[in-house]
Amino acid sequence: MLAYIARRIVYVIPIVIGVALVCFLLVHLAPGDPLVAILPADASQELAAQLRTAYGFDRPLPVQFGIWVWKALNGDLGTSIASGRPVLAEVMSAVGNTIMLALAAAAIGFFLGVSLGLIAGYYRNTWIDKVATSIAVMGVSVPHYWLGIVLVIIFSVQLNWLPAVGAGPGGSSSWAWDWTHMQYLILPALTSAAIPMGIITRTVRALTGDILSQDFVEALRAKGLNERGVFRHVIKNAAPTAMAVMGLQLGYMLGGSILIETVFSWPGTGLLLNSAIFQRDLPLLQGTILVLALFFVFLNLIVDIAQATIDPRIKRS
Amino acid sequence: MLQLKTAHTLKAAAAALLISASAFASSDARAETVVRIAMTAADIPRTLGQPDQGFEGNRFTGLTMYDGLTQWDLSSATKPSVVIPALATEWKVDDADKKKWTFKLRPGVKFHDGSDFNADAVVWNVEKVLKQDAPHFDASQVGVTASRMPTLASAKKIDDLTVELTTKEPDSFLPINLTNLFMASPTKWQKFFEAAEGTDAKAKASAAWTAFARDASGTGPWKMARFAPRERLELVKNAAYWDKARVPKVDKLVLLPVPEANARTAALLAGQVDWIEAPAPDAVPQIKQRGFVITANEQPHVWPWQFSRVEGSPWNDIRVRKAANLCVDREGMKEGLLGGLMVPASGTFEAGHPWRGTPTFQIKYDLKAAQALMKEAGYGPGKKLTVKTQTSASGSGQMLPLPMNEYLQQALAECYFDVQLDVIEWNTLFTNWRRGAKDPTANGANATNVTYAAMDPFFAMVRFLQSGMAPPVSNNWGYINNPKFDELVMKARQTFDADARDKALAELHAASVDEASFLYVAHDVGPRAMSAKIKNFVQPKSWFVDFSTMTME
Repeated sequence: MLAYIARRIVYVIPIVIGVALVCFLLVHLAPGDPLVAILPADASQELAAQLRTAYGFDRPLPVQFGIWVWKALNGDLGTSIASGRPVLAEVMSAVGNTIMLALAAAAIGFFLGVSLGLIAGYYRNTWIDKVATSIAVMGVSVPHYWLGIVLVIIFSVQLNWLPAVGAGPGGSSSWAWDWTHMQYLILPALTSAAIPMGIITRTVRALTGDILSQDFVEALRAKGLNERGVFRHVIKNAAPTAMAVMGLQLGYMLGGSILIETVFSWPGTGLLLNSAIFQRDLPLLQGTILVLALFFVFLNLIVDIAQATIDPRIKRS
Repeated sequence: MLQLKTAHTLKAAAAALLISASAFASSDARAETVVRIAMTAADIPRTLGQPDQGFEGNRFTGLTMYDGLTQWDLSSATKPSVVIPALATEWKVDDADKKKWTFKLRPGVKFHDGSDFNADAVVWNVEKVLKQDAPHFDASQVGVTASRMPTLASAKKIDDLTVELTTKEPDSFLPINLTNLFMASPTKWQKFFEAAEGTDAKAKASAAWTAFARDASGTGPWKMARFAPRERLELVKNAAYWDKARVPKVDKLVLLPVPEANARTAALLAGQVDWIEAPAPDAVPQIKQRGFVITANEQPHVWPWQFSRVEGSPWNDIRVRKAANLCVDREGMKEGLLGGLMVPASGTFEAGHPWRGTPTFQIKYDLKAAQALMKEAGYGPGKKLTVKTQTSASGSGQMLPLPMNEYLQQALAECYFDVQLDVIEWNTLFTNWRRGAKDPTANGANATNVTYAAMDPFFAMVRFLQSGMAPPVSNNWGYINNPKFDELVMKARQTFDADARDKALAELHAASVDEASFLYVAHDVGPRAMSAKIKNFVQPKSWFVDFSTMTME
C-alpha cells in the first residue's frame, strides 16, 4: 500500500508542474497589457517601461515563470497588481468563503437529491416519479445565475425576507453561525444546490429503479422482509455510486462559481477570479487558478488512495 | 400596606428608569446616521492615498479620506466644477522661471493620526511617486498618479508652510493636475516602516504601504474605521476637518463593492443599501416607483468615435467628418435607447463650460445637410462609404457600447455610410488606444470607440489633439497633425493667468469642434439611485461628489 501511495504521489509531480505551466502561459497569452490595472492608457512610454521593469514584466517569459514557481514553492504567490495585497492571503480568504458556500449547497442539494431520487425510483412511472423527475430536470436545465436573480427578486426585493448580496452584515471576516449571518448564505446556497440536486436525483432514481428490479430484492420480499427493510437494502446498494457522484459535484462546487458569486457578491474564488480577469491582474489570476487546480489534484490523490484502501483490486491494477 | 405600596412605587420608578435608560440608549443608537453605498467596483479602490479603478476610486477612497493641494468645487449642480484651493491656499508661478511654482499651505491642518500637515509632508508625497530612490517610493502608485500630472518633476520645502514645485516644462495646467495627488501622512507611514520586520528597506517599505492601506491616514473629511478587503470599507466623519463647512453631516459611510448592476439594484430595493451607483437602466422605472430617487447630471465624459487621420482614411475629408456629426439623432438615442440617461454631445464641453468657446460648426441633427455634404464628397445611395470602427462589448465608461454603435450604424446608413463594427475585448481595445490606428491590432479600423474623461485640459484635449501625443507617446490614436491645434495647446500651457488660460483652452476646443475632430455622440450622466431619506445631496457636473453635505433622515 505504501508503495502505491508513493507511486501516486510521484505521478502528481509532473501534473503539478504541468498545471503551473498552463496557469502561467494561459494568462500571459491573453491579449492586452498586464499593467492595465495600474497604468492608464495615456501613461507615457517611459512610465510604462519603468513599471514593466518594476513588476518584472520586461524579463523573458521562461525567467518570469522560473521566478514565479520558485516563489510559489516558498509560499509566496506574489502581490496583486491592482490591490497591492499578497495573493496568497487573498486566495485563502476567498477559498474559505467558497468552501462555506459549497458545503451549505452540498447539504441542501444532496439531501434533496437523494430524497427525491429515492422517492422517484421507488414510485417509478407514477405521477410522483414524474413530479420528482421534472424538478430534477429543471434543476439541471435552468441557468443557475438566472435562478439566482429570480430568487433575489422574490425573497429579497418583493418579500424582503432575505438579503440580496454579501456575506453577512459586517462581511465574511466577522462571520458567525447565527441567523443574522446565515440568512446571507441561504439564497446563494439554494442557487448553487440546484444542479447537484438535479444530477443526484436522476442518478439515485436510476439506481433505485435498477436495484428494485434485481432478483435479490424479490428474494428479500419472499423471505417476508417488510418494505422498510427492503428500502434499507436498496439504499445500501445505491450508496457507493451515489457517493461517487456526490463527491464529483462537491468538487465542482468547491471550485467556486463566477456567475453565482457575482450575482450575490459572495466573496469567494469565483468573485475573485471575476475581478482578476476584468482587471487583468495577472499575479492574482495565476495564483487563484493555481490554488484551485492544486486543490483538485490533491483531492483526486486523496480519492485514489481512499478507493485503493477500500477496494484492493484498484491497487493491484 | 404602606411598605407594600412603597415597594411597588420603587419598582415602578426602577422600571421607569430602565425604560427611559433604554429609550436613551436606543435614541443614541438611532442618532448614528449611516449611509451604505454600493459601488460598481469589484474591489474596494486602493486606500493608501492614490486610488486605482479610475475616477470611481478617487471618488470613494481618494476625496473622502484625503485632500490634494487643490480640489474641484463640487458645491453646485448647475455651474461647471472648477479648481479651487484645498491644502494650498494660494499659488503662483515664478515670474523669471515659468517652471517654478510656489504653493502656500493651509496652516493648522492635521492628519487623522494627529500629525501636522506641512511642507515636509508635501515633499514626501511628491517623492512617493516621483523619486525612485526615496525610501517610501511606491511603484504601484506611480501609474495612477504620474500620468495625471505629467510635467511635475520635483518638490522643495521653502519653509514649513511654503513649497516650491518644479515642472519639466512651463505648464499652466499644474494646479489642475495637482487635484490628483493626495496627501498621505508621512508620520503614520514611518511608524509602519519602523514596525516592519526584516532589514531589507524595500521589503519594509512595501510592508509599510500594505499596513498603511489597512489603517490609512489623510487629512480628508472622512477617516478610515474598518477595512475588509474586497468586501467593505467603513469611514467615519472627521469632526476636526479643517473646512468646517465640509465636516460630514452623516456619521458613517459604508462602501460596498457590488460590480453587477442587477445585484446593486436588488440590494437597494431590498433595503440592504441606501445608495447605488449606476443602477441597471431597465430597472429605473421600478426604482422610482418604489420611492427611491434617481440623480444624474452631465459628466465631463465623452462617448465618441475617434477618427483615424492616417493616409487613406475616409475621415481625412472634413465634409465626411461633419456629415457624420450631423447625421446622428442624439435625442432619439437618449430617449429611445438610454432612458434619458445621457446628454447629447456637441463637443467635448457643452455650453456654460469655461473651455467650450464658440465653435462655428454647430453639431446637431440635420439629415439633409449631412446628406448634402456626403454628396458633395462624392457619395450617395449608389456609392456608399465604408468605414470600420473598433469597439468593445463592455468596459469602464463605455455605457451601452453595442446598442449605441448599432444605433450609429443605422443612423449613418441614412447618410450613405456603410459602418462595419469590429467588436473586441475591452482590455484589447484599451491597449490598442495607446498603440494607435497604424498598429496591426487596430485590424484596419479607421475609428475607435473609447470613451474618455474630460476633467482637465490634458485628459480632455491635449492628449488627442497635439501632434506630439501620437502613439506611442499618448492617445492621439488617429495621428491628428494640425499645426493650429499644436499652437493653441502651447498657448494654453504657457498662459499662466487662469482666465486667459481658460480662453486659450476655449479657442482650442472651438477649433477642434470646427474641424469635427471626433464624432461626438454622448456625455454620461453618472446616474445613481438613493433612498429618499438622503437629503441635501448635490450632484455636480463632475465625476466626483461631495459626501459631506448630505444628511440622512
